[in-house]
Amino acid sequence: MNWSKFFFMGGYAFYVWGSYGVALVAMAGEVIILLRRKKNLTGQLDQSSEDRTHENKA
Amino acid sequence: MKINWYKYSSPANFYPLAGKMIPWFAIPAAILFIVGVYVSFFVAPTDFQQGEVYRILFLHVAAAWMGMFLYVLMAVYAGIGWAFNARLSSMMASAISTTGAMFTFLALVTGSFWGKPTWGTWWVWDARVTSTLILLFLYIGFISLQSAIDDPRRADRAGAVLALVGVINVPIIYFSVQWWNTLHQGATIRIANKPTMAPSMIAAMLIFLAACWLYSIAVVLMRVRCIILERERNTGWISEAVERHDTTNFRGVESA
Repeated sequence: MNWSKFFFMGGYAFYVWGSYGVALVAMAGEVIILLRRKKNLTGQLDQSSEDRTHENKA
Repeated sequence: MKINWYKYSSPANFYPLAGKMIPWFAIPAAILFIVGVYVSFFVAPTDFQQGEVYRILFLHVAAAWMGMFLYVLMAVYAGIGWAFNARLSSMMASAISTTGAMFTFLALVTGSFWGKPTWGTWWVWDARVTSTLILLFLYIGFISLQSAIDDPRRADRAGAVLALVGVINVPIIYFSVQWWNTLHQGATIRIANKPTMAPSMIAAMLIFLAACWLYSIAVVLMRVRCIILERERNTGWISEAVERHDTTNFRGVESA
């Protein structure tokens, strides 16, 4: 298998890899954004519970 | 086995269930994407007319189908949430909207990447391309309408009206290639007719479609869990789980 010929895509490299690249970025990006959103949310909830524990002690 | 569906229509019970379901969709999705890329590039032959550029279409067709399927699914959930006052159903509609918009955007972008070398232009105001752009605007409209209204249940109702009215656009997209004389080609895969493509080309498309479905289910479940936490953070079950320092799974909820 000739890899440089493969990546050349018969002259359509920009279009083919552009399409697959955009798809990869969009989907991976969606997953990363969701993981962060979840982490922030649970972080905030943990923080609010700690604050309440401190208030109770005080 | 009898499943109590009513139990899982409550966000408190659905939250841990959704968490358990995510890996069952995410892992097969990742595997199928890899298999799909392999079949698209190493199994499917070079197209005798278009050359290598047609390999974009495997992804393009799967993304375009997902954009339409997810819209209908979103409208059904929004409609059920509105008609039966089921808040989890409305949350599902909101969770689907972003992923549906993402796939519609991908369909348009990959279409552009294919259209430039094939049709000689990045964009045409062809009936199918234009109706797909309207689909993207419907998704964006649904998302912005919901974020513009502070009261979540009012936002759900307004979104449901928009989603249900917009469903009319889906058959328009589907039949656009028959109703109008378009630059976009007609359906290649039909249920009644034999497909006119090599089996490995069909396989690549169907594998991507399956991967996109599994991916969509996984990310929608991830997003609906975030929406549940955001909307129900001040309710009893979440504060109780927080007191137990159980914010990763909210595990005790099921037994409670």
